[in-house]
Amino acid sequence: MEELVNLFHGFAVALQPFNVMVMLVGIVLGVIIGVLPGLGGANGVAILLPLTFSMPPTSAIIMLSCIYWGALFGGAITSILFNIPGEPWSVATTFDGYPMAQKGKAGEALTAAFTSSFVGALFAVAMITLVAPLVASFALQFGPAEKFAVYFLAFCSFVGLSKEPPFKTIAAMMVGFALAAVGLDSITGQLRLTFGFTELLNGFDFLIAVIGLFGIGEILLTMEEGLAFRGGTAKINLRVVLQTWKELPAYWVTSLRSCVIGCWMGITPAGATPASFMSYGIAKRVAKNGSNFGKGEIEGVVAPETAAHAAGTSALLPMLSLGVPGSPTAAVLLGGLLIWGLQPGPMLFVEQKEFVWGLIASMYLGNIVGLLVVLTCVPIFAAILRVPFSIIAPLILVLCAIGAYSVHSSTFDVMLMLVFGVIGYLLKKCNYPLAPLVLAIVLGDKAEEAFRQSLLGSQGSLGIFFSNTLVSTIMILGLIALFWSVIQQGYTRLRGASA
Amino acid sequence: MKHTAQTALGAIAALCAVGISVPATAAWEPVRPVEFIVPAGTGGGADQMARTIQGIVTKHNLMKQPLVVINKSGGAGGEGFLDLKTSGGNPHKIIITLSNLFTTPLATGIPFNWKDLTPVAMLALDEFVLWVNADKPYKTAKEYIEAVKAAPSGSMKMGGTGSKQEDQIITVAVEKATGSKFTYIPYKGGGEVAVQLVGNHVDSTVNNPIEAVAQWRGGKVRPLCVFDAQPMAYDEQIADGKSWKDIPTCKSQGLDIEYLMLRGIFMSPRATKDQVEYYVELFKKVRATPEWQDFMKSGAFNTTFLTGADYAKWVEAEEKRHEALMKDAGFLASAGN
Repeated sequence: MEELVNLFHGFAVALQPFNVMVMLVGIVLGVIIGVLPGLGGANGVAILLPLTFSMPPTSAIIMLSCIYWGALFGGAITSILFNIPGEPWSVATTFDGYPMAQKGKAGEALTAAFTSSFVGALFAVAMITLVAPLVASFALQFGPAEKFAVYFLAFCSFVGLSKEPPFKTIAAMMVGFALAAVGLDSITGQLRLTFGFTELLNGFDFLIAVIGLFGIGEILLTMEEGLAFRGGTAKINLRVVLQTWKELPAYWVTSLRSCVIGCWMGITPAGATPASFMSYGIAKRVAKNGSNFGKGEIEGVVAPETAAHAAGTSALLPMLSLGVPGSPTAAVLLGGLLIWGLQPGPMLFVEQKEFVWGLIASMYLGNIVGLLVVLTCVPIFAAILRVPFSIIAPLILVLCAIGAYSVHSSTFDVMLMLVFGVIGYLLKKCNYPLAPLVLAIVLGDKAEEAFRQSLLGSQGSLGIFFSNTLVSTIMILGLIALFWSVIQQGYTRLRGASA
Repeated sequence: MKHTAQTALGAIAALCAVGISVPATAAWEPVRPVEFIVPAGTGGGADQMARTIQGIVTKHNLMKQPLVVINKSGGAGGEGFLDLKTSGGNPHKIIITLSNLFTTPLATGIPFNWKDLTPVAMLALDEFVLWVNADKPYKTAKEYIEAVKAAPSGSMKMGGTGSKQEDQIITVAVEKATGSKFTYIPYKGGGEVAVQLVGNHVDSTVNNPIEAVAQWRGGKVRPLCVFDAQPMAYDEQIADGKSWKDIPTCKSQGLDIEYLMLRGIFMSPRATKDQVEYYVELFKKVRATPEWQDFMKSGAFNTTFLTGADYAKWVEAEEKRHEALMKDAGFLASAGN
């Protein structure tokens, strides 16, 4: 009950005119940041952080978190329209979002993405409101072994649940692991696979790979097909938005499942990226029309977007209550909190009630404002598709190059992006799936780190992955997901035999 | 036509003359935005300090040009140091250091040494404290070390930030001093290490005060001793009636180890005296602000401030010490690597 009283007090704080204005500014800036590939939420927040130093802490955090929501919304726009994910967690959105845009359903795809994001975020905020103290203690149970188990589950559900030939999926994933291994090995402190090139000290940045593989690769493919950008005839107006809304409630099961996956992954804290991939993978296998996934199925947009936002939102909880950021953007927000003299940790909820509940209230309001802002802009975004491809392609190319450059301010990255573009084109031509490769680049080194930390702790015994109920359950879920199709086959055969 | 060209040439010549004469007469000042490189990731200790300085500079209008914080964390900070090393003669680039100034080139063989850079000032020194989970029975460092020695070799886990860096160096030093054996588990950041200790996934840590203070105030962890020659200076109560000052030195607990981490500023190679002087004055102004003093208090920093030759001498001695410590621990990159 006390939580509700606090929350209403929080709403009073968040609804002050200055804070509402700050909220609007934050959302708009965030959407712009999200649309530009490379300039992700973390960079955007870091750049804009000094702007907020003159504000009171509560307004400042409202502005920064609204930039974060805006970036989350904005990331979906380029994924759907141009197949260029602006943020890691938008990769899974491209799988069905882009085909929808090609079919002339860009408006529907955008509306579905924004609405699902909103639902996911709202679910996560509601959860934060109700169970904040409980959740914090749950997150503490996650040592290296548990973290590895979560990554293992994400990889397995992707291999086992994908409809691609498993060996092509695994091959693509292995290439991703190899790329993820380049750079400093955080366990031994040695450089690996850099061949003396100082440019490779940092390893392959995920964003560069994604901009190249998806963005440039896609442009190459389209050029081969004769510069025709399908989808120019999209009908875009308010009716499309309303129509899509009428359709969406049919997918409530997918939504709910994605919310739960997202919240869980956000808290543990594995983050939004594995959440979106896992949610997509499971939806693909479970949905009635799962075989159409990848060809422009609206459910394929709903699942990853809902999960990504639920995870992105709930990732703020471990940051506030434990001081451990669940995402890079949360890490920058954490830095901001310290500058304002707020020490995140178990005492924040006790000592800084006004701040915490003001922030939580602003999550509700910020998401509503965000939804309104982006929905009113859907026609504008979708109208971009009517511009002839011969004009838009060079613009996308420039945008990609700027994005790749801005990640580390390095021209080497721009070259790397072009190389990845050619690789992406070739892989697509040979029908190798790109998603597992990207998943492995993003999560590969984290999974490796957690795996080796666990083995250090257990002195080399693999038993640590089955040493308590929590970690065993996740590992077994992973194994079930990996062998899902075999299990399913066996089950059908068994039924056939008994009948 | 000819006339205009001549005028233009004359104007250029005049501008050049002015341009040349400025540094000779007036003190140097930045003419474009200054890049403030952080050779570590966002959210870590060095990053927090750099962003605090950026905030102070902006709020008090201490610079006419903006100060832009840029993280270059690749290769345990090697990316940031190499960037500065290759920007010789560019006075619009400064870097904040942590111990990886010494440890990264030693452990990885990256072609870099602090002598490649121009030292500006030591801002503060970061303390290291030995922490255990508050649920554990150990009340003093002595009790804890006895327990480590009694347990099977390597079964006690020490969590720390990074590999072959300050936290692991201290761990090895503790092992050498006491004849005990830990299993060292490296994590990405100090905050994560503190939470692993709260969750009992490791037995102890050597977190900096600022990394663990929130968990201490929440009653989740217990400080045993500080790796400094004297106790920390801050006597404000933090948790269970104790202040930073009440934490005994490790030496008084029979653990004769001192380790402090440099939080200092360097410039790119070939900086002039005027340019160094400008930044020294800037950081003097930063240190005088109440925000900086609050920041020092929240992280229980040792506020030693050194510049010029004193600073260079300190860094040189510290480099020798790191080389010796890392050689002892077997952390040096093998030759030809």
